[in-house]
Amino acid sequence: MDKLVQLLEKNARISDQQLAVMTGLSVEEVREKIYQYEKKGILRGYKALIDWEQYDSDYITSMIELKVTPEKDKGFEDVAKQIMEFDEVESVYLMSGTFDLCVTVTGRDFHEVALFVAEQLSPIESVVETSTHFVLRRYKDRGVKFYDSKSDERGKLL
Amino acid sequence: MIDYNSVLSEKARVIKPSGIRKFFDIAGQMEDVISLGVGEPDFSTPWNVRNAGIQSLKKGKTVYTSNSGLILLRQEIAKYLKRRFHLEYHPDDEMTITVGGSEGIDICIRALVNPGEEVLIPEPCFVSYAPITTLTGGVAVPIETRAADNFRLTGEALRAKITDKTKLLILPYPNNPTGAVMRTEHLEEIARVLRGTNIMVLSDEIYAELTYGGKHVSIASLEGMRERTILVNGFSKAYSMTGWRLGYVCGPEPLIREMTKIHQFAIMCAPTTSQYAAIEAVRNCDGAIRKMHDEYDMRRRLIVDGLRNIGLDCFEPEGAFYVFPSIQSTGLSSDAFCEKLLYEKKVAVVPGTAFGASGEGYVRISYSYSIEHILEALGRIEAFLLEHHAAEQARQKEAVCTE
Repeated sequence: MDKLVQLLEKNARISDQQLAVMTGLSVEEVREKIYQYEKKGILRGYKALIDWEQYDSDYITSMIELKVTPEKDKGFEDVAKQIMEFDEVESVYLMSGTFDLCVTVTGRDFHEVALFVAEQLSPIESVVETSTHFVLRRYKDRGVKFYDSKSDERGKLL
Repeated sequence: MIDYNSVLSEKARVIKPSGIRKFFDIAGQMEDVISLGVGEPDFSTPWNVRNAGIQSLKKGKTVYTSNSGLILLRQEIAKYLKRRFHLEYHPDDEMTITVGGSEGIDICIRALVNPGEEVLIPEPCFVSYAPITTLTGGVAVPIETRAADNFRLTGEALRAKITDKTKLLILPYPNNPTGAVMRTEHLEEIARVLRGTNIMVLSDEIYAELTYGGKHVSIASLEGMRERTILVNGFSKAYSMTGWRLGYVCGPEPLIREMTKIHQFAIMCAPTTSQYAAIEAVRNCDGAIRKMHDEYDMRRRLIVDGLRNIGLDCFEPEGAFYVFPSIQSTGLSSDAFCEKLLYEKKVAVVPGTAFGASGEGYVRISYSYSIEHILEALGRIEAFLLEHHAAEQARQKEAVCTE
């Protein structure tokens, strides 16, 4: 895999100069490659990973399993596209297995998320069944450990 | 009341504690210190290796192994050395498993050096060779290596220090603290001086897997050198297994036999759990160590470039996970620089003098840290340098005005 993509996936705040030094490319090459990746849609965006639990303890994420009746000729496409338009929805995945769509929804608190499911997702005609799972604790997200001791135990010796 | 100074052996009293400790002791008592000081990997031991240790415990493998170590481990190490470095050692009688590379260094020096005999030690270097030499009654003879030679040992510098008392040359490459490596042509220069003598070589290759821009070459693989070389290696750095305390020594059978004798009386055998874990490491981790190597290499480029950008001269290290920038432009001694940096910006680095007198004017900076950590530390060092230079200029101006 391209080192540049790997580095950006881990930390998108590294400057072009630093990326160039680490990968052995010139700054111009780094910029051109990033531009190309963005143009192709391989690099979709750059966002911060926030520990919302620390920021606001009521903040909640839930994973909602949806069973959906596929529409003729269109399958799950239409309903997935409809659901992804909601701002509250963080991700929408088509799944294999016992349910069809997995939707992640974030909200200020339990109540807000529950209401969103009841008022916005359940009423969609092709949605047959919903099952909401609230995230109680986030141990690791997008490769980053959220529950990890910060102290470096090294350095006591040589 | 016993006067303990009078009961201690003179040799024990005469050796000084490691100079690295001093700064960690201070740093350990301060808040928010960010360290670039440690000399061990920041990766955890690969999970399959940890698991192999756990499984061995579950199976109740909790007894001594043979003095030389598990034969299966020695056989796997023999395959590994051949596969990676074209070295051939017989697992039965040319290899012993030790408690880290450190014990390998200890038993090698103890097995070879008589009182009064000289051990040549290229400096700056790891801190244990000289004290162990002193404990055996040998004489540690430093050979200064220089930034102008990329901190390599040259044939000329070596020749200048050889006397009729010279017993052993320590060859610590890739080097802690400088990051210097010896490529084939540089090793050949050393081999040319040593062939035809009875001088032995202790080649400490603990950082062999962390060589950048080309593969590590062992001096033992050069013509006529295997017979005069004791190879020390281990699992600490390459496999991120420092706490497991596992290394090994390889060499001609008559030497290994004597070293194993000392090992037998001092240690008995290396930790059994670690030996089982190491079998998994050496069998199935070529990919994992490659990945860690690549990660270190990126950090190396980042930190060398970063240090140069903020105005510190820094020779290009090609091995281990240290950079050894010169701090002479600040006008401060190594010790003063480290102390000031620690108190003013809470960044801990190690003074070059901890690795020998020739380390004056340099500091050792480890990049065994995450990229985020390195960037934060570089930012603080930059601020420190800017403030230091501004203060210096103000002082000079004032001096001119008062004149």
